[in-house]
Amino acid sequence: MAIILTESEAKALLQKVLSYSKADECEVNLLGEERGNLRYARNEVSTSGSLINKNLVVQSAFGKKVGVATIDEFDDASLEKVVRRSEELAQLAPENPEYVGVLGPQQYMKSNGFFDSTATVTPDKRAEAVDKSLQLSRAAKLTAAGFLEDQYGYNAMMNSKGLFAYYPSTNVNFTLTVRTPDSKGSGYVARGYSDVSKLDTAAATQIAMQKAQGSAEARAIEPGKYTVILEPTAAVVLLENIFYNMDARSADEGRSYFSKSGGKSRLGDKIVDERVTIYSDPANADLPASPWSGDGRPQEKTMWIEKGVVKNLSYSRYWAQKQGKKAVPNPNNIIMTGGTASLEDMIKSTQRGILVTKLWYIREVDPQTILLTGLTRDGTFYIENGKIKFPVKNFRFNESPVIMLNNLETLGKPERVLSTESNQSYLIPPMKIREFTFTSLSDAV
Amino acid sequence: MNRRDFNQLIGMGAAGILLPSLPAFSRNVSPESFLESGVDVATKKRLADAALNAAKSKGATYTDVRIGRYLNQFVVTREDKVQNIVNTESYGVGVRVIADGCWGFAAVVDAKSEADTAKAAEKAVAIAKANARLMKEPVQLAPQKGYGEVSWKAPIKKNAFEVPIKEKVDLLMEVNASALKNGANYVNSVLFMVNEQKYFASTDGTYADQDIHRIWPTFTVTAIDPKTGKFETRNTLSSPMGMGYEYLQVNPSDKVTGITTRYNMGYDMLEDVTAAAKQARAKHSAKSVEAGKYDLVLDPSHLWLTIHESVGHPLELDRVLGYEANFAGTSFATLDKWQSKNFNYGSKQVNLIADKTQVGSLGAVGWDDEGVKTKQWDLVKDGTLVNYQAIRDQVHIIGEKESQGCCYADNWGSVQFQRMANVSLAAGKTPLSVQEMIKDVKKGIYIIGDGSFSIDQQRYNFQFGGQLFYEIKNGEIVGMLKDVAYQSNTQEFWNSCAQVCDEKDYRLGGSFFDGKGQPSQSSAVSHGSSTTRFNGVNVINTARKI
Repeated sequence: MAIILTESEAKALLQKVLSYSKADECEVNLLGEERGNLRYARNEVSTSGSLINKNLVVQSAFGKKVGVATIDEFDDASLEKVVRRSEELAQLAPENPEYVGVLGPQQYMKSNGFFDSTATVTPDKRAEAVDKSLQLSRAAKLTAAGFLEDQYGYNAMMNSKGLFAYYPSTNVNFTLTVRTPDSKGSGYVARGYSDVSKLDTAAATQIAMQKAQGSAEARAIEPGKYTVILEPTAAVVLLENIFYNMDARSADEGRSYFSKSGGKSRLGDKIVDERVTIYSDPANADLPASPWSGDGRPQEKTMWIEKGVVKNLSYSRYWAQKQGKKAVPNPNNIIMTGGTASLEDMIKSTQRGILVTKLWYIREVDPQTILLTGLTRDGTFYIENGKIKFPVKNFRFNESPVIMLNNLETLGKPERVLSTESNQSYLIPPMKIREFTFTSLSDAV
Repeated sequence: MNRRDFNQLIGMGAAGILLPSLPAFSRNVSPESFLESGVDVATKKRLADAALNAAKSKGATYTDVRIGRYLNQFVVTREDKVQNIVNTESYGVGVRVIADGCWGFAAVVDAKSEADTAKAAEKAVAIAKANARLMKEPVQLAPQKGYGEVSWKAPIKKNAFEVPIKEKVDLLMEVNASALKNGANYVNSVLFMVNEQKYFASTDGTYADQDIHRIWPTFTVTAIDPKTGKFETRNTLSSPMGMGYEYLQVNPSDKVTGITTRYNMGYDMLEDVTAAAKQARAKHSAKSVEAGKYDLVLDPSHLWLTIHESVGHPLELDRVLGYEANFAGTSFATLDKWQSKNFNYGSKQVNLIADKTQVGSLGAVGWDDEGVKTKQWDLVKDGTLVNYQAIRDQVHIIGEKESQGCCYADNWGSVQFQRMANVSLAAGKTPLSVQEMIKDVKKGIYIIGDGSFSIDQQRYNFQFGGQLFYEIKNGEIVGMLKDVAYQSNTQEFWNSCAQVCDEKDYRLGGSFFDGKGQPSQSSAVSHGSSTTRFNGVNVINTARKI
């Protein structure tokens, strides 16, 4: 059997699995995927890999006793065996008071995240794309280290109440660091797409090369509070720490930034500048995502923060039932609206500030305020009177993205960006922020 | 699996938008199946030989084969509930070759036949040849003698997979109940157990069969102040260990008493959580630190992470050379500093040792993942940088004739590369207790347990938090502090090292999830030290008002 099944093949397989079930409820999740990668450093290929994976997970429930079993062989005997195994484990399990049963049939939005171009990438095509990048860095006598990874596959699920879901997807990520031979300059670029035909490794390489050359001979300036312009690659690694905290249960329990005294949450509160609007939408053409969550809940277009106000927190089905709320699942993508300013416009309107192109090693220092620490990396520049004057040495910062979004000056045009911390893609604008807190200097290049 | 995936899987992290993912290619199994023996050694040799021969016939000049069975069990609870019991098993084969001077790698799940492993070998050769056209310099592999058919087993006393799930659940329920009784509003607790059964074969003539065990009991307690709406947490003071279930069967000699009890080769989870609940509550009324310079007294439960980030990582030769430039970064400890033979990494008190053999450590094995017998070696001697951590295709660069044996892959499906050995600070040679050390400190902070951590990509500038902070004034501990983090620079910090307690205080800390590489791989590594004093370190206050 093929690794990547069509919708009708997946449906037929899942129906067969459910036909073996004797439990009160049964739910089956199925996936198949192929991945390939090519890694290079010091202008040479270093490692490469190719992986094939398929998996079927059966969850059986008797009342509130739940068992899960998994298998990667799909012949009839194996399928029946995995169903029996999950039933045996369920009979042995203690009751799970938080089990709320499986969902009935659902309606899902349409979302196209599968591109043949990406699904047909071969080792030769990968080598060709990397070759385009290497030729440029070698010719310029700069040193490149990069990583190209592509993936295609599908997820499907079906349960004994008649729910069926199927979603095929493709993805390609390309990241590159270019350094000057004396290690005094370093530049970075990251690109992530569903459709590999949008990936231009040569154009991306030019950007990293330009930043490497431009960041050499950086000068030290005093740490302190500065107006900063964050390119989307820098902004996203701060913002995603807000998203990670938007869980209703932690907020209701009093142990998150989204908690308030007296057992309340910040749902409905204005927490950031009114120009901040953040939502999820699986059908977004620039950032397609699965229209269903892993437990079969539909992913709808959902406002998380609208005009600075918290509109939704995510709920497990159990917690939503307990609190009498709508069970809004964790989103599968995140989009932040922006303004019309270009990065150049933002630089031009800055009297004194710092252009930050990338941030690194982000860690939460205080969950109460989402205070984060980390450092600038791979190209940080001083701006004066509307112009980039010179590269500056890297800074460590201690700042909360919530405080940062209250100190908002300008939002630029959103673009698709790959988080260097989580490897997830987002649509995020560049942003100008006042009084961003840098606490010390680093000699790192 | 990285730290964030793990946190989400066990429900201890903040809610994320990523769905939790299990280790690559693993499948859920019953706990009883952990006790079934995997593929027998004779079969593994046959499967490996098929791959070695197939690669050779396609033109490979070197081949190694790793046949791995990876068992994981996590028991995840909160308050009075078992949230999850996860049992996973992953079995497969990874084949790495050099052909036309270039590396190639291919892996296959559930390989049971010689045809399966031969096919993976052929694919690895094809990939090597496709990529060879991008190579300017062929791979130089240090020669390695073959050891024939050998084996190594971690010296555990009680296999954690033989302990019934019920016993583990009962322990965690007792732990949680004690936390709630002693002032915690919430408690999350987890037992995490790993068994790696790995078989390595190479064209050098080594066939090594190894059995590795790891365990990590861990928890977080949360105490909320309803008046202010603030919350405080305290995490476990346990360490992940290369041990069996005996780590949880504690002897009095495993305990280090003092301002709070800390643990050595045995861990009393019930005692620790009881203290943790009270301490999380006490943090609400602790004094917020005044920013400034302090002498720091760092407990081994804290210092391991500073050693890991500021010594272990910068002395990885692949980083120094630029192989990790695109992700984890490079290193300030460049070759010229090592060649000078007088680079002061730290003060004279600082002796840092790499070791792949230390009993009970997470990094201990008999042979590494490219067939090199493991050993111990100096990295920093009397404060001077003397060596790095390297593998077979790099050692020629530092003039060594053989690899130091720190090659590792986190799964059969991942390609092996240079990973950190256990890197530890040697105990002080002069007798010195923690009490004696504190007695001499005028203005200081005593830090226990690891907290928030961040360091730049060349490992100069870092910032660390902790779990417990105690103010020292004129040789006495005067009370608890909060909102503490220290910032320093690696060379400056290690040169401010004034005193190291003696070997009686030596303990291991460590990480289950050290991430590196693209695609990212996890490795487990230990770091030992005794309590150590660093003078005049910059401390910041991390409290903010929103």
